[in-house]
Amino acid sequence: MALVISDMSKYVIAVFMAIYTFEAFTAFNGKDEEKKEGIYTRQVICMFLVHFVSFAAICLETSDLSYIIFYGFQQILLFATIAIYRVLYKDVSKLLLNNMCMLLSIGFVVLTRLDYDKALKQFRIVAISLVLCIVIPYLMKKFRFLDRFSWLYALIGIAALGIVLCLGSLTHGSKISYTIAGYTFQPSEFVKIIFVFFVAAMLAKSKSFLQIVITSCVAAAHVIILVASKDLGSALIFFVVYVAMVFVATHNYFYLIVGSLCGCGAGIIAYKLFTHVQVRVQAWRDPWSYIDGKGYQITQSLFAIGTGGWFGMGLYQGDPTAIPYVEADFIFSAIAEEMGVIFSICLVLVCLSCFIGFINIAMRLKNEFYRNVAVGLAVTYIFQIFLTIGGGTKFIPLTGVTLPLVSYGGSSVLTTIIMFCIIQGLYCIRAEEGGRHVRVEEDD
Amino acid sequence: MSGSKRTIREFEDDELYDEEPLPKKKKRKKQINKKDKYRNRELWVVTYIFIFLMLTVIGNEIRFVYTDSETVINNSYNPRQEILAQKNVRGSILADDKTVLAQTVRAKDGTEKRVYPYSNLFAHVVGFSTKGKTGIEYLGNMNMLTSNASLGEKIQKEISAEKTIGDNVVTTLNVELQKVAYEALGVYDGAIIVSEPSTGKILAMVSKPDFDPNNIVEMWDGLVNDDSSSVLLNRATQGLYPPGSTFKIITSLAYYRQNGGNVSNYHYNCNGSFTYNGDRINCYHGSNHGSVDFATSFAKSCNSSYANIGLSLDLGELESTCNDLLFNEDLDLKFLTGQSKYVLGTNAGSYDVMQTSIGQGKTQITPLQLNMITCAIANKGTVKTPYLIDRIESYNGTNVKTYSSEDYKTIMTEDEAEFLKEMMTGVVERGTATKLKGLSYTAAGKTGSAEYNAVKTDSHAWFTGFAPVENPRVCVTIIVEGAGSGGEYAVPMAKRIFDTYFQIKGLN
Repeated sequence: MALVISDMSKYVIAVFMAIYTFEAFTAFNGKDEEKKEGIYTRQVICMFLVHFVSFAAICLETSDLSYIIFYGFQQILLFATIAIYRVLYKDVSKLLLNNMCMLLSIGFVVLTRLDYDKALKQFRIVAISLVLCIVIPYLMKKFRFLDRFSWLYALIGIAALGIVLCLGSLTHGSKISYTIAGYTFQPSEFVKIIFVFFVAAMLAKSKSFLQIVITSCVAAAHVIILVASKDLGSALIFFVVYVAMVFVATHNYFYLIVGSLCGCGAGIIAYKLFTHVQVRVQAWRDPWSYIDGKGYQITQSLFAIGTGGWFGMGLYQGDPTAIPYVEADFIFSAIAEEMGVIFSICLVLVCLSCFIGFINIAMRLKNEFYRNVAVGLAVTYIFQIFLTIGGGTKFIPLTGVTLPLVSYGGSSVLTTIIMFCIIQGLYCIRAEEGGRHVRVEEDD
Repeated sequence: MSGSKRTIREFEDDELYDEEPLPKKKKRKKQINKKDKYRNRELWVVTYIFIFLMLTVIGNEIRFVYTDSETVINNSYNPRQEILAQKNVRGSILADDKTVLAQTVRAKDGTEKRVYPYSNLFAHVVGFSTKGKTGIEYLGNMNMLTSNASLGEKIQKEISAEKTIGDNVVTTLNVELQKVAYEALGVYDGAIIVSEPSTGKILAMVSKPDFDPNNIVEMWDGLVNDDSSSVLLNRATQGLYPPGSTFKIITSLAYYRQNGGNVSNYHYNCNGSFTYNGDRINCYHGSNHGSVDFATSFAKSCNSSYANIGLSLDLGELESTCNDLLFNEDLDLKFLTGQSKYVLGTNAGSYDVMQTSIGQGKTQITPLQLNMITCAIANKGTVKTPYLIDRIESYNGTNVKTYSSEDYKTIMTEDEAEFLKEMMTGVVERGTATKLKGLSYTAAGKTGSAEYNAVKTDSHAWFTGFAPVENPRVCVTIIVEGAGSGGEYAVPMAKRIFDTYFQIKGLN
């Protein structure tokens, strides 16, 4: 009977996920937040059902009741997060709040299925992060001088990355982490945010050519340290974020074009210089010839997505652990395999909905610094998703970055929660600063 | 940052939004929106770029699942096949009339055995599923491991703790035709392909020497260690042979193209051999064909005349014709194929040119490819993609998926196909395949006797052709290793197959 139920459950999960995704886009329609209350409620119900049915299938498959308790804690955490954030900050974006919790819950489901211990560890980190980050919107509202510390941001960022380069342990051929008291930190994750603050502050100060040159040099220093640490995925993200921020802030296509050209040039040089870049490009172009070696990960990922098909094989019916690093870099393929390609596409669309939510606040903010921050975080977020999902589906070469909020990895999930909370802070700031603006619209 | 600078910026910010008071609120809102639009223009660009990127990623994933995944996942490196094999009983392989060609039989103790009721008859084309997977056992592997039985049946099976039954693969193969082709080839090694030119369906495919797939495990070591006869190789799709006189089809096409479709001026006086620069080409067994025109040279398969034609050919034209006819490329098919080779180049010496134009030399072709070229001639110049799996059905006969006929490539014009068809009709009417003349149906084709070593009497017998000429329905390609001349050995086999085809399917 368990087989039949898990067989059925995948359809139920796909349907509710599809409804949730649909609502995640209808929420952008219209301005009246009160009228949208129904959308957000339906989203919460869908989120609950997807989570519940998934765990029902997990419990049936494993016949292990400890999962029920774990599920209970997750459910409490997610609902408490939604409730408390909404009570404390009346101006938060409820859509982004829902989306964040939805992505976290999908992450819990998949991680529980892949590796219970890792799921427990991830749950603890998420819980702590959500509690800590609850103050972020308040701090953002209170401290309005965050734009003054541009050089401090640069210093912290370069120092953190530099220390990793010097001391960091070797993980998967790239020096990207160091361990303190049993916890492994991946500073490049946190530096992403600090870097965005640095660029935002510099561009808010002045947009003169000299200022851009100075900022570019510091930004280049970040990227070069990351390249030296062989963390090319992060280096690419920093680079793209920087070009996008400069372009948006200066309104000047010159920087977009020069940036793109530099990017292409750097890509070619990196390919010529680094064998591990060549390996990844080869594995991307023809993984089937290297199925035993460098093409193994990507071919296993394609097997997972392809065998799963539109509705997936059902939880515990596939073999996602055949993919190396599945819980971090290839979690998307594991989701597609067992929960289905339709579900996985909805997941991408939910991420896109988050991106639009980020951009939405950037467009409405008046303060240039905050606006730059929102743009930077939006691009950081969506480009990372593009890299990880594009890599897992053989659209682009693998870069080894995580799927924010879903993948296993403490630094990654904490950083992303901070990002979401900063954006929520910006929503609150916008509501305060733009009172006049809003009133005009309401009057009509 | 200094305080004064900050004030200036704030002032600028304010100026941007606190424009002079406007009389009407509506107008003012419009103005703000306009400003917003201007201010956000670049942000819109960035937003659209990333939305576009993400939609491309989604599109790529959908494309992969929709078009590529079926072939991709059927890979021995995909561990999910084992999982499915644990859950489902492997489905059966059925002939076009649903006769069982391969099925899994479960003993009372739960052990499974794959049984092939026709033993050697379908050895290569159906293949085997232990010791790796070959043939249709490979092509339909994932389908047979997947079950599309209804949910009710799945529940029933689960309650009674049985495995679900996987889907069946219904092939295009016809048992009668396969039997006739198998028996016709007799004790000889070689291959036969019978196909439908209008659809690409393969009706029969024989390769010898063969083996009994029921005993594959027991015989495995012997088969693998035997290098000389390569029993496991499917000669029909992977065997590379010198094309012999069947290559004259291609030489003729190149000559026809080079002369703008007019070959009526060609005449040659054959006295049994052709000498150029001291190199000599003999007609088969030294036959003397006398005065021949182009069509007669082809019908009688006159080597001397074709050596003469070859020397008049522009080698670039011959090479491009060969490339059009799918030489030197991997065929884009779902099953393993050999790569046919044409290596003459454009600077070859006259002896090599003479040899190549009569199908000797270094040219190599698979029977499958010759069959595809013949099908194109029969089908107005277009090759249909050859296929073996007609449809997938659940074990109780509900249709799951039907494969339809697809164009592979148009390799010659309709006019060129018509020209070659006439030439091949001449072969039956007054040439080397007159054994197919005067029957209840009309036929066309080309014979070949490919010499493969220095001893003159050793040659592979070829025949490739189709019937009926007016409306070709069946296409046969035969290679008989080391038998002798195509007209003597291969043509009678073709006749038996054509006879059987029209017996089964009727003349109309």
